[in-house]
Amino acid sequence: MGAWAIAVHGGAGVDPNLPKERQDEAKRLLTRCLDIGISALRSNVPALDVVELVVRELETDPLFNSGRGSALTEKGTVEMEASIMDGPKRRCGAVSGLTTVKNPISLARLVMEKSPHSYLTTPGAEEFAKKQGVEMVDNDYFITEDNVGMLKLAKEANSILFDYRIPTVGTCGAAVDSHLQMNGLPISVYAPETVGCVVVDKEGRCAAGTSTGGLMNKMSGRIGDSPIIGAGTYACELCGVSCTGEGEAIIRSTLARDVAAVMEYKGLNLHEAVDYVIKNRLDEGKAGLIAVSKNGEVACGFNTTGMFRGCATEGGFMEVGVW
Amino acid sequence: MGWAIALHGGAGDIPHSLPPDRRLPREAGLRHCLDVGIAALKAHKHPLDVVELVVRELENYPHFNAGKGSVLTSSGTVEMEASIMDGKSKKCGAVSGLSTVVNAVSLARLVMEKTPHIYLGFHGAEAFAREQGVETADPSYFITPENIERLKQAQDANRVQIDYTQPVQKEAKDAAATIPNGDSQIGTVGCVAVDSEGNLASATSTGTYANHLCAVSATGKGEAMIRGTVARDVAAVMEFKGLSLKEAAAYVIDQVPPGNAGLVAVSSTGEIATVFNTTGMFRACASEDGYSEVAIWDSPL
Repeated sequence: MGAWAIAVHGGAGVDPNLPKERQDEAKRLLTRCLDIGISALRSNVPALDVVELVVRELETDPLFNSGRGSALTEKGTVEMEASIMDGPKRRCGAVSGLTTVKNPISLARLVMEKSPHSYLTTPGAEEFAKKQGVEMVDNDYFITEDNVGMLKLAKEANSILFDYRIPTVGTCGAAVDSHLQMNGLPISVYAPETVGCVVVDKEGRCAAGTSTGGLMNKMSGRIGDSPIIGAGTYACELCGVSCTGEGEAIIRSTLARDVAAVMEYKGLNLHEAVDYVIKNRLDEGKAGLIAVSKNGEVACGFNTTGMFRGCATEGGFMEVGVW
Repeated sequence: MGWAIALHGGAGDIPHSLPPDRRLPREAGLRHCLDVGIAALKAHKHPLDVVELVVRELENYPHFNAGKGSVLTSSGTVEMEASIMDGKSKKCGAVSGLSTVVNAVSLARLVMEKTPHIYLGFHGAEAFAREQGVETADPSYFITPENIERLKQAQDANRVQIDYTQPVQKEAKDAAATIPNGDSQIGTVGCVAVDSEGNLASATSTGTYANHLCAVSATGKGEAMIRGTVARDVAAVMEFKGLSLKEAAAYVIDQVPPGNAGLVAVSSTGEIATVFNTTGMFRACASEDGYSEVAIWDSPL
C-alpha cells in the first residue's frame, strides 16, 4: 500500500541470435523510459500521466514498433493503434488506423477525456485529432529504412511477419544471418516490437497503455490487440496490464482482462495471476505481458523466447531484461 | 441438454407506452428470426452458421439498429460493425466502419475464416468485402427515414443517443422529465446458440464472446460494455467463481451502471439467460425442450 511501481515493454518474442548491440540498444531505451517514469512518480505525477509520458517516449524513438519505427502494412504505409486505461473508474480510450498522428497514445487519451466515446478509428480518429490540435505529420515520418527492408523480406517470403520472433526448436547453432523461418512463423533479425507501460502510483491508482504499428505486411485496415480494451490493455482498481505478442491470440484469450479477472474472481495475487494466465490462457499462442497491482507489486510473464522489458518499484528494485 | 438459442434487438429505455406501430413490427421481427434459428438448429446446422443466419435476418430488418436501419453518425452516414465468435476454437472475426456491406456479420465471419487476422476496419474492410464478392449496396440503402429523424432530434438535443435513449420532443427541451410516448431508439442485434453437442457460438454488433462454457451477446451503451468487458466477464465469472449462467449474467449486469446494458447468453448445457438493467430489451429465446419466449420488458408477451 502506498508504493509506486512501473513496468515497460518493447515486445515479446526475441530472436536468440539478435546481435548484442541491438540488445544493448533496446536495454538502453528501456532504461531511459523507466527513468523518465520513475522520476515522474517521485514527483507525484499520477499513474495515467506517467503511462502516457512513457509510451510517448517509446513511440518517438524509432527502435520499437510504435509511432516512428512502426511495422509497415502490405502497402508499405504505417497504420498505428493504441489504447490507454485508467484503473480507478476504468475509463478508457483507443484509436486505430492512424497514419498522421505523431503520438497515438495521446490521441487515445483524448478520446477518453474529450469525446463521449471509448474508441475512434480512421478516418474519424484523424478528424478528431485535427480538431484537438494534436501534432500531425506525414506518413513518411513513421517509416524507417529498416522496416522498408523487412517488408521486402516478408513479401518475398509471402507471409506475415509478426512483431516478435519465435525460433523453431534447435536454433542453437543456426546461422547468424538466417532471417526467416518458413513454417508460418517467420523470424527476422531486427523486427521491431509493440510497446507498453503499466504504472501504479503512491495512491494505489493503476493505469496501462499500449501502442503499436501492428504486424509487418498486414492487410490495410487490420486491427490487432493493442487498441482493444481487455485484450492488449486493461486497468481496474486491482491492477494494470499491457500485452504484446501474437495479436490474434491475445484477442481470443482476452489476455489483459484475464489477469484482473483471476485476481478478482479467483482471489489470486498479481504474480499468481500472471503465471496462471500465461500458462493457461494462450493455447498455442505466443505472448507476454507486464502488470502492476494496487499494492505496488510488479510482474511480467511470457511464453515466448524473451521479452524486452524493464520494471522498477519504490522499494528500490529495478531490472531491465531481454531473456 | 439440447440445443438453445437466444437473440436480441437491443436494450434500452423502451417505454411501456411504446405504440403498437412501433412495437408490433419488432415483435414480429424477433419471432421470425427466432423461427429461422430454431429451424436451423433442428436441421443440425452448426451454431456458428445459426448465429450468422439469424443476425443476417436481424440486419436485413429495418426496425433494428444493424444493417438496413442502422442509426446514423453525426454526418448522417452509416458506419456498421459486427463480430462473431466460435466457442470451441475461440476463433473470432470483427469488422467496423462499413458503409456498403449489406451483411456485416457475414463479412466478420469471412475475416475469421479467410484472413490471418481477426479485425478489419474501414477502407481495408470494404476492400476485403469487394475481394470476397459479398453483397454490397449504395450507402443510401441502409438509411431509413426514422433514423434521419432520430439524428435530427439527437442533434437538436445536442447529445449522443444510446441504443434506446428517449428522443426529446421538440416542445419539451427540458428533457429529463418527459418520456415521449413515441419512438424509442432502436438497439443493436445479436444471437447466441448452442447445439446438442455443446458447441457454442455468438454474433453481434456490440459485445460478443464465446468459449467452451457459454456464448454471450451484449447490448446497450457501447462504452459501458467496453469498460466492463461485459461479454467476457460472464464466462470469467462462471469459470473462476463457479457461478451458473444465470447467476453470472445477473452478476455482470449488476456491475454496469443502471440503464446501460443487457445481454443474452446460452451455456454449453443448454441453459439460457437474458438480463438487462434498462427498461427493456427486445429479445427472443427457445430451447429444445419446447420452451420459447418473445419479450420486451420483464414479463414475456
